[in-house]
Amino acid sequence: MPDGSNKQDAASVLGWSLAERLAAIRAENPAGDPEMVAQVVRAVLTTMTGDLTATEASLLHEVEALGRTIATTKQEIAALRVDDITASHIPLATDELDAIVSHTAAATDAILEVCETLDKVADGLAGDAAAQLQEATTRIYEACGFQDITGQRITKVVAALKMIEAKIANIVATFSDQREGAIVPEAADESQLLNGPQLPALAMDQSDIDKLMASFD
Amino acid sequence: MTIDKSMHVLIVDDYKTMLRIIRNLLKQIDFNNVEEATDGSEALSKLRAGSFGLVISDWNMAPMTGLQLLQEVRADNRLKTTPFIMITAESKTENVVAAKQAGVSNYIVKPFNAETLRDKIEKVLGYA
Repeated sequence: MPDGSNKQDAASVLGWSLAERLAAIRAENPAGDPEMVAQVVRAVLTTMTGDLTATEASLLHEVEALGRTIATTKQEIAALRVDDITASHIPLATDELDAIVSHTAAATDAILEVCETLDKVADGLAGDAAAQLQEATTRIYEACGFQDITGQRITKVVAALKMIEAKIANIVATFSDQREGAIVPEAADESQLLNGPQLPALAMDQSDIDKLMASFD
Repeated sequence: MTIDKSMHVLIVDDYKTMLRIIRNLLKQIDFNNVEEATDGSEALSKLRAGSFGLVISDWNMAPMTGLQLLQEVRADNRLKTTPFIMITAESKTENVVAAKQAGVSNYIVKPFNAETLRDKIEKVLGYA
């Protein structure tokens, strides 16, 4: 709150240019009474009781600019309709991904069922035919492992989408004067070891794993 | 000397499809006494109630992970020598190190093939 010292600050800030102005007035009007002008100026300054110092005025200007920036940002966020992202887009995307997992699981189960039938047929055969049939079913069993890997990858994508959803909810809460944003769950102790399948370029293959395991022996 | 393929094998994975795949691959190499569990807790109950010669477990499961299951197995006087193979998509060095420190017998990274599975089983059972 401004007090007497603030008035003095304002006067000292304005004082130097005031002296110059008084000198100019005296030069233009030698007959004029500079003291009268000074009295008018002092009277004006006196009426500024409660007004801001230059520092406070500068700060106020910055706060006003910040307020305008926040208002603009709120308008831009509103224009983006971020509520749609959390209410519609992300749930839809996660539902679609869940459906992919469900469909691939059903398809894989159907393939495995046929494969098991072929294995039973192989049990009744002998020689090369049995061996070739079993070799073929083995390859199919191996290939069906894709469902586990893709399922884990999709789970990672769903988790990433949920994280984005939570962060968007936090931003929306911040800019809509809500006190509480969505809570992002803290990582559990073992979580840094639970990353799921790595991208092929980053993953160790079985031979790398074998070397690492052998290094302990 | 040959592997006793009549031994009970416990396979643990939260993906039923993967359980089915591993069971069929084991059947093809004549392991027919296979039981299944879908997480570490269920596996531990079955291990404590039965007699298993080999555990093949996934890592990333809830509520008890494969690593926690391994730690429980190694801390149990009756179970601690049971061969334990981890089959997982977790392929980071720190995962292998953590599993080894917990006492894993061998480690297979997904996707895997039947030959790798057979090879690791033979190794942990001491026949390779």
